[in-house]
Amino acid sequence: MSDLPAHVIDNPHLGTWLSVADGLLEVHVGKVELGQGILTALAQIAADALGVPLPAIRMVAAHTTDGPDEGLTAGSLSVLQAGPALRHVGAVVRALAGPSEPVTSYVERVAALDPHTDLTSVAPAGAAETRSVGRSEARLDLPDKVLGRPRYLADLRPEGLLHGRVLRPPSPGARLVELDQGWKATGVELVRDGSFVGVVGEREADVDRALEQLRRDTTWAEEDSLPDEDDLPAWLREGPHEVIEVVDEGAPDEVALTASYSRPFLLHASIAPSVGMAVWRDGVLHVWSHSQGIHALRDAIAQALELAREDVAVEHVENAGCYGHNAADDAAFDAVLLARAVPGRPVQSRWTRPDELTWGPLSSAMTATVSAGLVDGRITGWAYDVWSQGHTARPGFRGTPGLLAGAHLAVPVPMPAATDPPLPGGGGTTRNAVPLYDVGPRRVTGHRKARTPLRSSAMRALGAHLNVFAIESFMDELAETAGVDPVRFRLDHLTDPRAAHVVETAAHLAGWDDPLPEDVGRGLGFARYKDNGAWCAVVAEVAVGSNVRVRRLTVVADLGTVVNPDGARNQLEGGATQATSWTVKERVRFDRRRVTSDDWERYPILSFAEAPLVDVHLVESDAPSIGAGEAAQGPTAAAIANAVHGALRVRVRDLPLTAESIVRAIEAQE
Amino acid sequence: MTELTVNGAPVTVASDGDTPLLTVLRDELGLVGSRFGCGQGLCGACFVNVDGTVMPACQTPLGQVAGQGVTTVEGLSRDGTPHPVQQAILDRQAAQCGFCISGIVVRAAALLAEEPDADADRVAEALDRNLCRCGAQRRIIGAVLAARDLT
Repeated sequence: MSDLPAHVIDNPHLGTWLSVADGLLEVHVGKVELGQGILTALAQIAADALGVPLPAIRMVAAHTTDGPDEGLTAGSLSVLQAGPALRHVGAVVRALAGPSEPVTSYVERVAALDPHTDLTSVAPAGAAETRSVGRSEARLDLPDKVLGRPRYLADLRPEGLLHGRVLRPPSPGARLVELDQGWKATGVELVRDGSFVGVVGEREADVDRALEQLRRDTTWAEEDSLPDEDDLPAWLREGPHEVIEVVDEGAPDEVALTASYSRPFLLHASIAPSVGMAVWRDGVLHVWSHSQGIHALRDAIAQALELAREDVAVEHVENAGCYGHNAADDAAFDAVLLARAVPGRPVQSRWTRPDELTWGPLSSAMTATVSAGLVDGRITGWAYDVWSQGHTARPGFRGTPGLLAGAHLAVPVPMPAATDPPLPGGGGTTRNAVPLYDVGPRRVTGHRKARTPLRSSAMRALGAHLNVFAIESFMDELAETAGVDPVRFRLDHLTDPRAAHVVETAAHLAGWDDPLPEDVGRGLGFARYKDNGAWCAVVAEVAVGSNVRVRRLTVVADLGTVVNPDGARNQLEGGATQATSWTVKERVRFDRRRVTSDDWERYPILSFAEAPLVDVHLVESDAPSIGAGEAAQGPTAAAIANAVHGALRVRVRDLPLTAESIVRAIEAQE
Repeated sequence: MTELTVNGAPVTVASDGDTPLLTVLRDELGLVGSRFGCGQGLCGACFVNVDGTVMPACQTPLGQVAGQGVTTVEGLSRDGTPHPVQQAILDRQAAQCGFCISGIVVRAAALLAEEPDADADRVAEALDRNLCRCGAQRRIIGAVLAARDLT
């Protein structure tokens, strides 16, 4: 059976995927709930595959010993990867235990199946009836969250729980030089290993107070190691770099236009600080984490502490929204190190807000230069270079654990500069760096900075935010040079019908040719995420006064078959709104020593009053499903920048699109 | 010992008077619906209603609410029936990760109690001190307006 889903081949036993409890079919998946609604979408697929109504299903959170290893929950791949596996599991179960009605006796027959059944050696039943897939089923996790019930990791209160806090160094590269041997604080125990210092105690109030006391009572050696935040493009272009050749069909013969674009460092800025929980008991280390990849986290912890993998178990518990590799894994490792000092007691360790905003991995600043030939309204060649730090430093990257506290231990575990996912997986620095347009010969090259004091890793869309912003801004600049309407110009260079369809539909739904008031502009951005994911076009309507006000976004996406239409719309709305925040407001601030944007006033994000109206249109399709979560990020940025140009006739090439950057662009234009 | 009323029930708590109310609610009383987001009163995830005034529990010392009535998100649903704002958020799936929702429900419920005719701009303004990172703002505003129309 060569067409078996990869995740079934990797996890071939029935019991890894399915169990029965309380008369319900418990479905175990390796994908994790990040606030994106994935457990609901996968429950819908599982219900249909097993031939039961949705309420007969209970989803079980990912667990390294009790569930399948499905890798990371990232890259908008969950439905694509986990969906086929669940369909196969369901088809095998129906073949062995069917018919699926009445449900009660079917569930009893499923309960009697051998959990060691090899899913790869049973002929599956035929395709099941589609009952739940395609419906906007309500999210299974939302009632707990909306009614204020315990649901998040920080809400867990196991027997004997201790609270923990870690004192992070004041700046990257800082070393602890002085802490009195006899340091004491009320109700806590000190845990120290090199520059890793923390406290554990019975009461949260005590550990919070002790942390502040510890901050006052420590002396650190710091150095000025950070770049000039006002000159990041020049700094990014300074070597050494690792060169990523994406495509090389030769440079354009004659260059008609050249432009450079940039964005600053950005933050995940999740509403909850990261939390971890761990207990060392009976020779096994048990960890609770909101990591995107619990198996990789288990391996990294085992590697860092020289434990056998089998002696570490990691279980997923939800936290606030996760948009990439944030501090979840680091917080889990903090809890592990603190809990090691109090064997048998679970320790829950929560980061502070300033630490979350300064010590979590950043999303790299980036800059790109693009040149093209243009003859009679046709692009005749394209050269694109992009400079960036790497976009992945996940646990296990470059063969290292990649866990923050490791770098602070007395015997430190090295933490090299971030790398990128491989090109076939979409790359990182060069994600969406190749235009989908017919542009003649192309040369596209990434330049990944090999040394940096600032830690960076994967955040929603990775390099695609800057690359699509650059390419789609440049398409408008070329269209203007050619004297052609930007939508027409794009369509003239698109051969992919699904691409042309989303562009045309977005322009149509947004009233592309309708007149606009003065100081209001309209712009379009388009991309096919990772070149193999969703097609997405966004039209932005922007009013420019004392700042950039995004009034409305029209988002059109082709996601293939949509499992949960409202869930997909919610992801696209949220993605477009978050990308608006990145594009018009956000910038990590630092001086030459410390990251200074350490609270919500110094790292402001989009407020309720600033949030645009978002209209989402999903293209009807029965093609295979592709993910929605990251598709809108790049097109939204480009659409807003193009709309700002529409309103002001000023081309702003450096993000964020604040009053300050617009003034600089006006000065440069004059 | 400090006495106060939480969700209609009198309670006596042992925490020091300078302990943040949020820590008392979550750690001593086991009411974890008020979420810890920043500890600086800047995100709204821990908003509670103290005798009609919405305040961040993380920045409110216990001593300041002695003898007063605190309503948390848990106290807004009655006998298992969600508050209209909660029901509207569920009906419209107006959340993604939901971590910000407790504080938003508390703030929006207070707004509708004071201004039953609040419009979209007023709702957005009232939620100015609540942050949402998933980008559900417009859905949430729509849900609050739907709750307004229900009541």
